[in-house]
Amino acid sequence: MRDRHVIIAALIVFFGVLTSPIWYARAAGTTARGPEPKLPETEKACVMPVEYMRASHMELLLTWRDDVVRRNVRTWTAPDGKSYKTSLSGTCLRCHANKAEFCDRCHTYAGVTPYCWDCHVDPKSITGSGK
Amino acid sequence: MSISRRAFLGTAGLSALGLTGKTALDAFAQQPPHEPASTPAGTRWAMVIDPKKCLEAGDCTKCLDACHRTHNVPAIDNRAHEVKWIWKESFEHTFPSLQTDFPPDALRDKPVMVLCNHCDNPPCVRVCPTQATWKRSDGIVMMDWHRCIGCRYCVAGCPYGSRSFNWSDPRPAIAQITPDFPTRSKGVVEKCTFCEERIAKGEPPACVAACKAKALVFGNLNDPESDVRSLLRSRFTIRRKPELGTRPAIYYIV
Repeated sequence: MRDRHVIIAALIVFFGVLTSPIWYARAAGTTARGPEPKLPETEKACVMPVEYMRASHMELLLTWRDDVVRRNVRTWTAPDGKSYKTSLSGTCLRCHANKAEFCDRCHTYAGVTPYCWDCHVDPKSITGSGK
Repeated sequence: MSISRRAFLGTAGLSALGLTGKTALDAFAQQPPHEPASTPAGTRWAMVIDPKKCLEAGDCTKCLDACHRTHNVPAIDNRAHEVKWIWKESFEHTFPSLQTDFPPDALRDKPVMVLCNHCDNPPCVRVCPTQATWKRSDGIVMMDWHRCIGCRYCVAGCPYGSRSFNWSDPRPAIAQITPDFPTRSKGVVEKCTFCEERIAKGEPPACVAACKAKALVFGNLNDPESDVRSLLRSRFTIRRKPELGTRPAIYYIV
């Protein structure tokens, strides 16, 4: 039993590595639960039903993009008849004012990095930024 | 009856030529001329620039500032990487084909405002492989920055240097970002869009609205009563590099 110390130390390292995902998740503040985007308090409904927006908001945004840029059409009429200005920064972010607590929470959870924000501006992010 | 290999190949070749030659010839003959049809009816946006009024205002940069602020145009000092929507060019460089060795003192070496000419026959649109730039029915040479792959064919195609490429992320070079308008990203070409987002709201382009000297006049070329048409009627105007057949929509009073 002269190797006792070595074996115990190795066991500690082994279990440490084995349980590392737990510690990593604990340190990063993530949980096994789903993402919890913070919904706006001022509005009750989005431009489309929640289920559609959850699954297909990106397709709607692509439609809006093509409408504005390529067809010069700047309003979009929802199936319920309401009209909206087609603008990511202007319409979406007017209600979902906190991008970090809404957009980013789900996108981070899902591991996607949409490049919308490479160009489009989150009005909140620029206060005091720039050169 | 027997046929030699040589005779068989000859006959087969002639037959193939007879069957397909006409189609191929037609296909080449039908290649459309690059000159598009004349401007369609309806709105045709255009601008008339009076460089002398501009000069009377002194070292004014109001239109430049307004444009660059409205559209989040980065200010990059490196001339190889700079991004320009509207800028000042010397009279001789603006109109090289005038070939006058003795320009009037009022204009010699003096700056002239230049921007995208929104040509009737834009070479940039012809060379764009992804249709990221195209000609709208109202004459605006529009850009879809989502679709630009950064090949820079349009930069090479434009004879006026109106297109700039983002060699790096432009955001750090923007002093104050205007949230109403997107910035661009690295690897995308950009240029003046005639403020199509303002025109959609019924407003004139930002440079025109900012010009107190009224040196920049904007309007509908197809409307005989418009400001641009009345200026074109009363003053002698020229366009940049007319010999190229691009038919610019920016007119200069000289």
